[in-house]
Amino acid sequence: MGAPLLALTVAAADRSFFEWVAYLFARYGSMFLSGAEVTLLISLSGTIVGFAIGLLIGVVRTVPRRPEASWPAKALRKVVDVLLMVYIEVFRGTPMIVQAMVIFYGTAQAFGVRIPYLLAGFAIVSINTGAYMAEIVRGGILSIDKGQFEAAHSIGMTHGQTMMNVVLPQAIRNILPALGNEFVINIKDTSVLNVISVSELFFETKSVAGTSYKTFETFFIASVMYLVMTFTVTRILRLIERKMEGKSTYTIHGSQTTPESEIRIRGGV
Amino acid sequence: MADAPFLEIRHLRKRFGTNEVLRDIDFTVRKGEVVCIIGASGSGKSTLLRCVNLLERPTEGEIRHEGRNILDGSVPIATYRAQVGMVFQQFNLFNNLNVLENCVLGQMKVLKRPRAEAVATAMRYLDKVGMAQYIQARPAQISGGQKQRVAIARALSMEPEALLFDEPTSALDPEMVGEVLKVMRDLAHTGLTMLVVTHEMAFASEVADRVVFMDEGVIVEEGVPSVIFGEPKQERTRTFLKRVLR
Repeated sequence: MGAPLLALTVAAADRSFFEWVAYLFARYGSMFLSGAEVTLLISLSGTIVGFAIGLLIGVVRTVPRRPEASWPAKALRKVVDVLLMVYIEVFRGTPMIVQAMVIFYGTAQAFGVRIPYLLAGFAIVSINTGAYMAEIVRGGILSIDKGQFEAAHSIGMTHGQTMMNVVLPQAIRNILPALGNEFVINIKDTSVLNVISVSELFFETKSVAGTSYKTFETFFIASVMYLVMTFTVTRILRLIERKMEGKSTYTIHGSQTTPESEIRIRGGV
Repeated sequence: MADAPFLEIRHLRKRFGTNEVLRDIDFTVRKGEVVCIIGASGSGKSTLLRCVNLLERPTEGEIRHEGRNILDGSVPIATYRAQVGMVFQQFNLFNNLNVLENCVLGQMKVLKRPRAEAVATAMRYLDKVGMAQYIQARPAQISGGQKQRVAIARALSMEPEALLFDEPTSALDPEMVGEVLKVMRDLAHTGLTMLVVTHEMAFASEVADRVVFMDEGVIVEEGVPSVIFGEPKQERTRTFLKRVLR
């Protein structure tokens, strides 16, 4: 903490770029940090809920069509399919910044309720992520070999049991990189929520820039903070991915030569 | 061998679009019988086996299991499938589960066995196929022959009345075929009903109680191995056997 304190003692006119950065961070640090906190909170919860939405939709959309199903069941299926398709197309096909405006001001005008800023931001990110994840999850499920379904069915497991115990664990493992991507995108894209006054990092940075008139320096701080967040998240996700790959070794039980010997096999999936 | 019929297949037809893969198949499998189905690729033998396990829905006809038609909706499909296991050419082990869990999952989910019992049963059959040492290994970590033996143990763990084998050795390296055939040979002697689609003529002639020869979606000829391989009556059978036996 030596540098910022030092920066505070330098007269404003004599400050270099980095001294300004240090000064601004020392002075307005709490605003930056609370902005980053809101950004992380919204993007994390939005990604998780969006993933849950996507998972649900992906699973529903891949339920096999049975030609022998009754007509009300078929009709219901059709209606659900169309509704989900509309949801996906609308939220993938319009910018989140526009969705934010429409949802926030739309609900205010139509129902006379003002959704709390934070809740509105969270809802928009979730719904938006859900639309993307729905297609990613569907792709993940379709990429699993048909033989996995057949093997499960051949021992009498239902479609639901097969999904839960065999297909989804594999599909989720496969779409984890895409989920990480979505999280990183969300950390950055929550910045558009400043248009509905959500006090995330961009919004706070703008306030600091407005008070200090040091736009470049303030946004330099913001970019470093965004980078730290996305970089950290990427690393953590890689760690989780590696965890999910499982051990690359297994124990041979009761082998004659050595009772508990380890066999190492490289590159196992 | 002349026990009650276990499976009766009557006038079975399967069409994919305009392509008729099975044309009026009629045959019976008795309890405890080992039946090998032979024939060229595309003759419909795999489709027939997949119809028996309902992985394909027959277009027409009946499949009677102990007298009840499983196609008319009166028999719960899951129950039927649990009694008729299947072993695939591509093994199809559950990639996310280790060897033991592959054999435990179906028992717990379909047969609702408590875990301890399911594990004990799985271990018994894994031991039988010589894979008890590898319970912690995941499918990607073992060889093809080992995978197929685990797949057989998985099917056996459901304690089915019959096992269907769909070209179980066709995807294996030559040196691994023997270990799988040995397991199957041992099984044949336990009185398990087996329906085996295979290109292993030596296995068929040695182990089968009856051999069925299929060509272009029909059963051309069936009989005991000595007759089918020794003095086949049909010209088509002779031509096929001449080709595969060199």
